[in-house]
Amino acid sequence: MARARPGLTPALVALIPLGFLAVFFVWPVVAILRLGIGEGGVLTVLASPQTWRLVGFTVGQAAASTAVALVAGLPVAYLLARTALPGLALVRVAILVPFVLPTVVVGLAFRTLLPDGGVFAIVLANSFFNVAVVARTVAGLWSHLDRRATDAARSLGASPLRAFRLVTLPALAPAIGSAAAVVFLFCATSFGVVLILGGSRYRTLETEIYLRTVELLDLPGAAALSLLQLLAVVAALTAGAIARRRRETALRLCPPSLVARRPAGGEWVVVGVALAVVALLLLPIVVLVSRSLGGRFAGYRALAGTGYDGSLQVSGVDAALNSVRAATDATVLAVTLGTLASVVLVSLSRSRVRRGVVETMDTALMLPLGVSAVTVGFGYLVTLNMLPGDLRTSPQLVPLAQALVVTPLVIRLLLPVLRSIDVRLRQAASSLGASPLRVWREVDVPLAGRSLLTAVAFGYVVALGEFGATSFLARPDTATLPVAIARLLSRPGELNNQMAYAACTLLIVVTVAAVVVVESVRVPVGEF
Amino acid sequence: MGLTVDGLTVRYGSLAAVSDVDLSVADGSVVALLGPSGCGKSTLLRAVAGLEPPAAGRVCWDGMDLAGVPVHRREFGLVFQDGQLFPHRDVAGNVAFGLRMRGTSSSAARSRVSALLSLVGLAGYESRRSTELSGGEQQRVALARALAPSPRLLLLDEPLSALDRALREQLAVDLARVLAGTTALVVTHDHDEAFTLADRVAVMRAGRIVQTGAPSSVWQRPVDEETARFLGCSTFVPATVHSGVARCELGVVGLPWAPDGEAVLGLRPSALRPFESGVKGEVLERVHRRDHVRLRVRLATGHEVDAVAGVLDTDDTVTLALDPDGVALVGGSQ
Repeated sequence: MARARPGLTPALVALIPLGFLAVFFVWPVVAILRLGIGEGGVLTVLASPQTWRLVGFTVGQAAASTAVALVAGLPVAYLLARTALPGLALVRVAILVPFVLPTVVVGLAFRTLLPDGGVFAIVLANSFFNVAVVARTVAGLWSHLDRRATDAARSLGASPLRAFRLVTLPALAPAIGSAAAVVFLFCATSFGVVLILGGSRYRTLETEIYLRTVELLDLPGAAALSLLQLLAVVAALTAGAIARRRRETALRLCPPSLVARRPAGGEWVVVGVALAVVALLLLPIVVLVSRSLGGRFAGYRALAGTGYDGSLQVSGVDAALNSVRAATDATVLAVTLGTLASVVLVSLSRSRVRRGVVETMDTALMLPLGVSAVTVGFGYLVTLNMLPGDLRTSPQLVPLAQALVVTPLVIRLLLPVLRSIDVRLRQAASSLGASPLRVWREVDVPLAGRSLLTAVAFGYVVALGEFGATSFLARPDTATLPVAIARLLSRPGELNNQMAYAACTLLIVVTVAAVVVVESVRVPVGEF
Repeated sequence: MGLTVDGLTVRYGSLAAVSDVDLSVADGSVVALLGPSGCGKSTLLRAVAGLEPPAAGRVCWDGMDLAGVPVHRREFGLVFQDGQLFPHRDVAGNVAFGLRMRGTSSSAARSRVSALLSLVGLAGYESRRSTELSGGEQQRVALARALAPSPRLLLLDEPLSALDRALREQLAVDLARVLAGTTALVVTHDHDEAFTLADRVAVMRAGRIVQTGAPSSVWQRPVDEETARFLGCSTFVPATVHSGVARCELGVVGLPWAPDGEAVLGLRPSALRPFESGVKGEVLERVHRRDHVRLRVRLATGHEVDAVAGVLDTDDTVTLALDPDGVALVGGSQ
């Protein structure tokens, strides 16, 4: 009987992504933690008031950023989910671009807009990234929410606002909750933005880990902070998983075509707010691009060289080529691993494996999203010399680290689609003579194909813009574009600034192209 | 020989959804598994298909145990309640799916597809998108898809339940025509459907088969009161049968098929109709149904019974007599 050994084959396939996770994530991270703890002084760090000020600032800025992202994202979610207006496709593209923009680009954009920077700039920049997460996660649910529940509330005497508060908002709560959890996670571990905008004055756990490891060589301190961060991340991921589970089970949904309509009356106010949010999201991008065009394209011409007074060891063009190479390798690796992991997770939940097992594995695979990229990067340097063929000097190190960041994203894009395939559809194929492998080829692959394309496009731009781990692992001669940009910004010289603007614009162009590809295949993006 | 199921038990955790079931479907016959929802009939069907592992017992085809044969090698066609058409394939792609799995050449497949589409009344639908079809059309395509590879057994899980009433009745007749001569097991909770489609009916309750027989014998002689209630009987009265005539306090009725002796009659609403002579009663309630009026009547004998009257009868009192068509004899035909 086909089901006599539930989950044995998936369990074997699971060894591949889990093995990768073990060797290229758990091992390096554990090695760093042990290194730090072994040298003692972890308790001293944990007892120091400075540490807790750091934690306070990290949590505070993440909470503020999450709140701003929620307030800005909800009207946009309404716009996307409930209204039928021309040009919504453009809005989708416009809000998605910030989400996948490289952090250094966003850091530079906000530094240009708000030269005095500070906490305000950090919070705005962090929420800038995450409006898309809120808008799209919430819109995903909202567009399937039956309007008749609200109609019933209205007919029972509730005002539009009251019906929203008492009926719609509770129904959306799971989506809002899981979006908030993931946005909080992203903001709490945000690295590039804080490094560029906060300088040495405003530090989060993530940047402090970087500074202690790279500049102060204070490993016990870095290890203690990594430990703290890891705990916080697990807590946030668990909260997100719980919210997801509630969203999957609790609601009566209906097809989206039934719920979108032309706004009327007060709804136009919400539409106006949403459009204002979109305009604000575009502002930093527009400013950056227009700056890059100044000085008769001096920045673009300078890309052929190494910046003012040889600030870089490679030319801008070479850095771009490094970026393309690393991102390509990382994407291939991440899509392979992410696909395998998704297949395993969905096979396990289809067979009668206990739900807890599947959810634990799911959460474990998300962990790299939240652990300090710096910790991972430093861990590589400590552990990977023990593997055959010393990887530490290999140019493959950067794609490996990038793949670690991209894989969770691939899983979050593929898994919901695979999960939504009715198990009876697969059984119909089986009863018609398709072997288990053939069922995958005939049913799952065609139905999830467009999501796979989305995962490739997104994975590629995220790898292209990855900054945290790459800045740590790339050697001067293998610097990628984001690393080069950060380097240019830290050096004096107007030419360096112009060159950074030009390089950012290149990244923006690639990002917009990828987002347009994603939007043109029109699949629901993301379950976070 | 066909399908035989021996002592089959299927468990979900500690719950036995199917307990010790014996069932056979002879080659060329159609058997309906009839029972209320949650009785385990769909689970039994899924176990036959190979989708649920049995906890005990065997599923055999022509005497060969199928325990080691996975779903895709059983050659059992499967039709779900809601079609489950492949959304990424057109109608022809759906119907040809099983033929492709068996390696049929594409020209042979094309002619088979068009033959089956005309069989189910959808000739020329080949290039229609499966997502654009109505519920009834989807169900017809699902049927054609399951039949295309000439399965040795066709399994239908509530094939008509998702459709509205008019469509259901029409499709039931069509389905009966298509099924004639094939070997099939149909799961349904609707006795009309079971009696329209099947040569034999197996009544299931709480995981067990309580009665098996020809539709007419199950209809006339339900094995016990609960089965009789499920088959529409709402009033039960003791009676004595002699020479094909049953006598009870509500009157006398001719039941030529009933054996002599003491018996319990199960009365469907249609068993009591207004007549010139009979038992008088007071109408408590009157509900208009499609072509008749359903009455709730308190009889002079003290019974409260359901009865059926013409649409134009509006009196507050009626005189009811027994109609043999609505009378069942509780206790089976053993």
